[in-house]
Amino acid sequence: MKKLLWLIIAVSAVSIMAGTASAAKLLLINGAGATFPYPLYSKWFYEYAKVDETVNFNYQSIGSGGGIRQITAQTVDFGASDGALTDEQLKAAPGELLHIPMTAGAVVITYNLPQVSQSLRFSPDVIADIFLGKIKKWNDPRIAKDNPGVNVPGDNIIVAHRSDGSGTTNIFTDYLSSVSAEWQSRVGKGTSVNWPAGLGGKGNEGVAGLVKQTEGAIGYVELAYAVKNNLPASDIKNKSGNFMVPSIESTTAAINGKMNSMPADFRVSLVNPDGADAYPIAGLTWILVYKNQPDKVKGEKIVKFLRWAITDGQEYSAELLYAPLPEKMVKKIEERIDEIRY
Amino acid sequence: MKIKFVDMAFKKATTIAALSVVALICLLVYSMALRSMPAIQKFGWHFLFTGTWDPVKEVFGALPFIYGTVVSSALALLIAVPVSIGIAVYLAELAPSYIKQPLSFLIELLAAIPSVVYGLWGIFALAPFLRGSIQPFLSKYFGFLPLFQGEFYGVGMLTAGIILSIMIIPTISSISREVFLAVPFTQREAALALGSTRWETIRLAVLGYARPGVLGAVILGLGRALGETMAVTMVIGNRPEISASLFAPSYTMASVIANEFTEATSNLYLSALIEVGLILFFVTLIVNIIARALVWRVSNKVKGELRE
Repeated sequence: MKKLLWLIIAVSAVSIMAGTASAAKLLLINGAGATFPYPLYSKWFYEYAKVDETVNFNYQSIGSGGGIRQITAQTVDFGASDGALTDEQLKAAPGELLHIPMTAGAVVITYNLPQVSQSLRFSPDVIADIFLGKIKKWNDPRIAKDNPGVNVPGDNIIVAHRSDGSGTTNIFTDYLSSVSAEWQSRVGKGTSVNWPAGLGGKGNEGVAGLVKQTEGAIGYVELAYAVKNNLPASDIKNKSGNFMVPSIESTTAAINGKMNSMPADFRVSLVNPDGADAYPIAGLTWILVYKNQPDKVKGEKIVKFLRWAITDGQEYSAELLYAPLPEKMVKKIEERIDEIRY
Repeated sequence: MKIKFVDMAFKKATTIAALSVVALICLLVYSMALRSMPAIQKFGWHFLFTGTWDPVKEVFGALPFIYGTVVSSALALLIAVPVSIGIAVYLAELAPSYIKQPLSFLIELLAAIPSVVYGLWGIFALAPFLRGSIQPFLSKYFGFLPLFQGEFYGVGMLTAGIILSIMIIPTISSISREVFLAVPFTQREAALALGSTRWETIRLAVLGYARPGVLGAVILGLGRALGETMAVTMVIGNRPEISASLFAPSYTMASVIANEFTEATSNLYLSALIEVGLILFFVTLIVNIIARALVWRVSNKVKGELRE
């Protein structure tokens, strides 16, 4: 009995020592936050491990809310969020938090109308009134006006939205608030809102499931999900009056459209940008880091990684269906990264 | 001397293990109450009796979630209890042994399926079937009842109730079967000796005797139904509204927590969600107390009947 006990102690002591020995080689940097950029971030961490072998990134995609809470509590080395922090949230943090834009995503409006073969087109006010529950039938004259020559059936419109809090909902409701005064005052924008109409599905797959299963349904999903699953995507009328197909290029164009009004802290919404070829329902996603890094070694590694991610790292964006940041934007972000002290 | 010490140590150890459950529950309630204080102070009792849930304007009321949880669980019991008792009686009393084993195995297998699989099956198979066949049928022949009115979405309260009932049938039926098997054979022999038919034997000797145990099984099933999150979230439609129709979308307490907790950024929002968790805890507690009281009454009655 005693022998067994000693054996257990010995084995565990050896394994603990082995554990610390291998950990000493690698510097572990912890991050947590948004789920939307997770596929891109994990690709980056994988590729970056080849660039710098001494550092290991560990990212928990627990949601933007959790990411903001954890970086505020300083339990992680960096946070990530699909929504910019409010002034209040910035004040709650123990130090100055910087928003570093990493990539952009777009939201696609998808639908289920088996009779309609070409892509439907929507004006901003029509989308808002559909999601407000005011346009109830597919053959509404306002939908027909945007789609001349398309035989739209007289089915009821069934709205599907995300039931879980998400950055996708944040971008979409941000867009609706910017194009409809009624949406802005009645519903507003956020990761979860009080939906005036429709059914809630959990996750992109939940919304896509509802739309696929229900004839006459309309819903929104993120671009990458819509492309990978071949969902029908609507063309949306942008500020210049062009109907734009959601794509990586038109999302990057949306960032370009906001360059002139880009604030220094990058807390900017991409919806409804200028530019003839910009897709209007898009949003940035950020990594959150403290301007004054508490740990010299980690701070240096984080800065190096961020610089790599917005330059070399951008080449991985398109294949994973994220919009690469435009050159001009990258320059501005590099200046911002230079401000980080460690 | 040594034996006495071991005995004592063993008793202490088991006592600590048992008390740790009590401590855990107290700690759970305490920390939830603490974290939900901002919402409790802001909304007070209104939280329980109002139905607006608006994270943007930070107005929160949990009534539709409470309603959704209670009604979907009740619906699940309504469907699952008769079916489960049927299964249990068949397995315990009637089935030939070459059916008994594989069937019991299959039912226990149902309990091992993860709830997300039930949810996916619900959204991709059950919901379209209900919308295409069952809902039009119910609406045509029972449409005069407010229960079966409104548009057919496929997802909604009815779908959630059916999914839940499928998920709790294994629990209720396998425990009930064990309870039936535990009924002493003398009971059945006595009934048969009095000239009872098979049905009368089962009804008088088995079902009557086993009532408290079956109720216990139902409580366990109810517990699972009240707390079930994933499968329900996927098929209930997630709409915080109270509607008389079973076709309408609804929302449960567990679902709203699962849906919104990760992205809840403001303190009030977070504490409102934690308060929903606290309410779910108390609803479960109250339902369990009522059910225990029921078991206690029934088992006393059974004992009384047996004495007579």
